[in-house]
Amino acid sequence: MRTAFIKTLESLAEINKDIFLIVGDLGFGVTTNFAEKYPEQYLNCGIAEQNMTGMAAGLAMSGKIVLTYSIANFPTIRPLEQIRNDVCYHNANVKIVAVGGGFCYGALGPTHFATEDLAVMRALPNITVLAPGDPWETSAATKAMIKHKGPVYLRLGRAGEPFVHNGEVNFKIGKAIKIKEGHDVTIFAIGGMVYNSMKAAEILESKGLSVRLFSLGTLKPLDEECILESAKNTKAIITVEEHSIIGGLGSAVAEVLCESGINIPFKRLGVPSEFPERVGDQEWFLSKYNLTKEGISNSIIELFNKLK
Amino acid sequence: MKITKNELQYLAHKLRLKVLKMINKAGSSHVGSAFSIAELLSVLYSEYLNISPENVKDDDRDRFIMSKGHAVAILYAILSEKKFFPEEWLETFYQNDTMLAGHATAKNIPGIELSTGSLGHGLSVGCGMAYAGKLDKKNYKVVVMLSDGECNEGSNWEAILFAAHHKLNNLLVIVDYNKIQSLGHTSDIMEIEPFADKWRMFNWNTIEVDGHNIDEIRSCFKQFDNEQNKPSVMIAHTVKGKGVSFMEDTVLWHYRTPKDEEYENAINEINNLVNKI
Repeated sequence: MRTAFIKTLESLAEINKDIFLIVGDLGFGVTTNFAEKYPEQYLNCGIAEQNMTGMAAGLAMSGKIVLTYSIANFPTIRPLEQIRNDVCYHNANVKIVAVGGGFCYGALGPTHFATEDLAVMRALPNITVLAPGDPWETSAATKAMIKHKGPVYLRLGRAGEPFVHNGEVNFKIGKAIKIKEGHDVTIFAIGGMVYNSMKAAEILESKGLSVRLFSLGTLKPLDEECILESAKNTKAIITVEEHSIIGGLGSAVAEVLCESGINIPFKRLGVPSEFPERVGDQEWFLSKYNLTKEGISNSIIELFNKLK
Repeated sequence: MKITKNELQYLAHKLRLKVLKMINKAGSSHVGSAFSIAELLSVLYSEYLNISPENVKDDDRDRFIMSKGHAVAILYAILSEKKFFPEEWLETFYQNDTMLAGHATAKNIPGIELSTGSLGHGLSVGCGMAYAGKLDKKNYKVVVMLSDGECNEGSNWEAILFAAHHKLNNLLVIVDYNKIQSLGHTSDIMEIEPFADKWRMFNWNTIEVDGHNIDEIRSCFKQFDNEQNKPSVMIAHTVKGKGVSFMEDTVLWHYRTPKDEEYENAINEINNLVNKI
């Protein structure tokens, strides 16, 4: 996703000279090429995220399309008040880009887990929250983000994620992307969990459950219409996210379902609200929290067994 | 036509009177923080800043950011005085359903560049505007007004490093050094001295002035305009509550609303100062 993002941004920056990328002294080997190709559109502002974000707002108010780029929680929760007051309150054209969503930096320890970012960003007025599911979605989301006027948070994974799609995706802000059709259960997944959910769906299909799967690449504004339609036409709703089960995708979908009056079995799969005492790589964490294809499919089978 | 020193001093006192009226009606606070910057705003808006109701949306206008957003009453007062918006708006300050909030609000208020209120935001945004000015080869300058207590905020020191590194000579900071912050004197709460030395060590063009002396403010601005390589800071030594004897240099008038006899006495004291000009 990281690679798809920067390649897309480079091609956009070639044409649109208002695009301006600020990095917080991170992005070794990622933003290097951009910096060399477009020195007038690039700035390393040092290890100072509050200043980076406030300054981004000032640049945006002066006509630039500004991206702030860093890893994990550094561009989001660290300068949260700058995002709220300087960027969102002024509806400034700033795009906050974080790589390393979820447990990408697993073995580096809990300081580097972005597991509450979606919840926090989603709560702010004026901001659009995007978390694409694979490199194709990332490329399309990057284009949509630059075209969109106003604050955007773009949550990315790492580099080298598997592809969910075979080619270009029709990515529209606020619209869920259908990955597959089915009639028993609907899975709404976000970010890297779209791929794992797609693999989980294969397991479930082999066991006789028909699965409908969406990538909710836009967490805010949420595609409520799609959620309600699926609630009416399938027998259960599952959300899957590499994020705390508090406040993220699961909470957002639950809000829509609860207020709709539709009574449907529902389960949030995600990360419990805790700081783990032992760490490992991303795969290790996904196994620990049942977010692998096996973990996801088992949780769904369990839910269906209870319904019987 | 060049404005005279007496006219600038008169305007400063006129602003104080307007602020007293606004704050009295609103039942709001921060009168002391507004009074300490009356002369500074008078000079800024009368002859230094290239901002007017006519060019308020032009890309080439100067930008003024009131980072100490709690003192906004006096900014609203001078903006209405300079015809950015009708004077009647001041009557709504701090009232229900007003656009004029108790902290600087940019939305729908011509002349306010940035909404502030949480301290430590304005300078970074100002750095962004100044950096954009350099990128686009514009001639505008960016002026950011900080409070002394605000310099406790670490975000400012990130911005101070940044501005010097990038030689933003189109950026000017004014620190309203009235020596009092929220709960007491700065020297008791969080000592910032040696203050001017700190800025100098951070590689800023640093000038100290009496922030109530029109001549010193004017000559300081001239020196800033000649600076080629550094951002500039004016450390304006001021008196909190300046102009009303019982408000001067007290923490109380960071919070208290002048009412009844206090209000009348304050008005009389300012009027006496006006008569002495």
